[in-house]
Amino acid sequence: MTAQLLEIQGLEAWYGPAQALFGLSLAVGRGEAVALIGRNGAGKSTTLKAVMGLVRRRAGRLALDGADISALPTHHIARLGVGYVPEDRRIFTELTAEENLDLARRPGRDGSDRWPTERLFALFPNLAELRRRRGDAMSGGEQQMLAVARALVGNPELLLLDEPSEGVAPIIVEEMTTAFRTLKADGLSILLSEQNVALCAELCDRAYHIDQGELRWSGPMADASSIVE
Amino acid sequence: MTLDSLAFQMINGLASASGLFFVAAGLSIIFGVTRIVNMAHGAFYMLGLYLAVTLADRLPGPFGYWGGLLLAALAVGLLGAAVEVLLLRRIYHVPELYQLVATFALALILNDAALWIWGPEDLLGPRAPGLKGSIELLGRRLPDYDVFLALAGPAVLLALHLLMKRTRFGRTVRAATQDREMVAALGINQALLFTAVFALGAFLAGLGGALQTAREPANLNLDLAVLGDAFVVVVIGGMGSIPGAYVAAVLVALVKALCIALGTVEIAGWAFNMTKLTLVAEFLVMALVLVLRPQGLFGRPHGAPARGLASEAPLRPMGGTGLALAGAALVAALAVPLVATAWAYAPVLALDMLIAVIFAASLHLLMGPGGMASFGHAAYFGLGAYGTALAATGLGLPTLPAFGIGILAAGAGALVFGWFCVRLEGVYLAMLTLAFAQIVWSVAFQWEEVTGGSNGLIGIWPDWPFDSRTGLYLAALAVAVVVLCLIRRLIFAPFGHALRAGRDARLRAEASGIDVARIRWLGFLVSGLVAGAAGGLYAFAKGSISPETLTVGRSIDALVMVLLGGLGSPAGPVLGAGAFTLLQDTVMRETDYWRALLGVLILALVLLFPGGIAGGRLRR
Repeated sequence: MTAQLLEIQGLEAWYGPAQALFGLSLAVGRGEAVALIGRNGAGKSTTLKAVMGLVRRRAGRLALDGADISALPTHHIARLGVGYVPEDRRIFTELTAEENLDLARRPGRDGSDRWPTERLFALFPNLAELRRRRGDAMSGGEQQMLAVARALVGNPELLLLDEPSEGVAPIIVEEMTTAFRTLKADGLSILLSEQNVALCAELCDRAYHIDQGELRWSGPMADASSIVE
Repeated sequence: MTLDSLAFQMINGLASASGLFFVAAGLSIIFGVTRIVNMAHGAFYMLGLYLAVTLADRLPGPFGYWGGLLLAALAVGLLGAAVEVLLLRRIYHVPELYQLVATFALALILNDAALWIWGPEDLLGPRAPGLKGSIELLGRRLPDYDVFLALAGPAVLLALHLLMKRTRFGRTVRAATQDREMVAALGINQALLFTAVFALGAFLAGLGGALQTAREPANLNLDLAVLGDAFVVVVIGGMGSIPGAYVAAVLVALVKALCIALGTVEIAGWAFNMTKLTLVAEFLVMALVLVLRPQGLFGRPHGAPARGLASEAPLRPMGGTGLALAGAALVAALAVPLVATAWAYAPVLALDMLIAVIFAASLHLLMGPGGMASFGHAAYFGLGAYGTALAATGLGLPTLPAFGIGILAAGAGALVFGWFCVRLEGVYLAMLTLAFAQIVWSVAFQWEEVTGGSNGLIGIWPDWPFDSRTGLYLAALAVAVVVLCLIRRLIFAPFGHALRAGRDARLRAEASGIDVARIRWLGFLVSGLVAGAAGGLYAFAKGSISPETLTVGRSIDALVMVLLGGLGSPAGPVLGAGAFTLLQDTVMRETDYWRALLGVLILALVLLFPGGIAGGRLRR
């Protein structure tokens, strides 16, 4: 059996007294792009947050590359090679684009830096012109690109993308989709939470459909469109 | 006023502004990243000064002085790091109020530690080598050291600016101030960052204190005095803004300098001594800023109000057992005078307890149902006490009208201060209440003609039938019963529902047509009136009052009583006040270090029993 890069078994999560996830299990293999689809409030974001250790109360097994990460603090999980692009982008608005990137830059687990500035700007040409602009002076699309770039400079092996198309102009979504395909071709594993099934179809191999915190269906991406109305 | 005396006072003011700026900047940086308002920050300043004075005496030569100064600041920074690791890490997840109280407990412990190490006498450090002289400015001699200090402020402002803009640490601090979670998700170790930030903030406070070595003597009152001033500065400048802290510190200092330089002025035949108005001036600046820009000059608008306290279960009216217990307590209270022949101290202790119960109940109304943590409730207690005392001794009024005037004085204070306070939330509100209480304290301390200054007022005795121990005790019991019934009635009346709705969900309450600010203001007024009643009784019970009556310590006593009893139950303040008074009158009288003891008690309470004795159902 090939070890999965990310393996989640029986994940449960709570916000205060309210339970948000009920025994969710899923896996992402090396170099694989997996879609997590479902409507608003289904538990997609919570799943990604739980992987990052950002949900305080949770139970179940979370393993990265076979090692249990469920008890680790968030920064430790990030250093193990998980890049996180949150739902609302969460750019540091008082910092410039360059400062946002500097803050996140760290070598990968093998000590290499696969994302030197030139390569990053080749992937996101717009960012090159925005280097000195503060986060709060950027458009939603620009912030989204910066959020992805910020995750990349940490040299992750697994990228958690939370609704990258939300509130972003269609032209930017297209550009980003191209970028994501490049990343996948480069060997990066991706877990993409999306409501935009068309975007998932262009990128992902497999899909999980969750609703009300429970897994409803999983299978090849090609079959997913008919499952999700 | 002459121009040169103004210039002279301004340099002097800028020199004081520097020290205040260091403390406020440290407070701001720590709050930005950790979201904790460090009530022990004034204690760090005080320790910096004590350490610097000690080191300057021990170490030889200019290096000894300047090196000792730096060493003192570094030592305070180290102490800050230790405090963060040992204490704060345990309280990042507890409700805001408990964090405030816990850091205040630390301030109490540090204050007693200073008393233990350095003793109660003021310590004056040596003059600064190389800066002993003075320069001539517009015909007046200005100490070199004041000029140096006035320049130190902008220098540190610049250094902090560069640190924040140019270094990775600074970028991380700025990012974490905005979104700690995201910083962690980028692989940055928060624990280390928090320790470093706390150490930096403590270092700044220590430096602020150490730099005063040649200027003012180290004394044990500095911690709270500086803390109150720093809160005013932070509220004016805007929490989280370092330039804001500097501008506000300078503004406050300059307004004070102006008042001093004006000296005594005559307005419409009345002679006003403006130097005594410095405190009121500080208050006016703050009030003006709060009206025009509630978030402070450089602050950003407060976001969605963080929930100050943990979510609470709805209050339930007392059941049969509760009523039976309350009845039994009343019978026991009525029986106290009967045992007076056997145990003469009983009515004295019981009277203290009743006053504490009334005071704690007033604070509980504000904090529990109102959700507003006041760190300056002693102000209303003190206004009640001074109002009553002045009416009884100065105006020669009989007991009951004097008592009424005291209550009205407290109510007037609550109306004025409350108007500002209800506009703020959480820690901002807590800081503002403390600042107001500091101002009332200072007025009582400085307005000698009326308040008797530090000697206070004496000979406040009630007349018949309250002039006997039993008479006054029964009167206090009647007041307590009326107050408790009134508060209970209010809590379960539509007013109480509206108050709680505003606490739990301000926006939703407003959307349902409740004028939350107005309801809170009313809550403030009722709470102030009741606290004033406690103060009035206190004045008659003791026969004399002094500024000691309304120190921050009394506010904290009330907070501890309320927390001890538990926030979630209307019976909480009764139990908490009773237990606390018993403890204070027995154990704490036995030691010089009762502050430290109280501090340890508070820490134990926060860390071990956050629900209080009455078992308020606090959930995280």
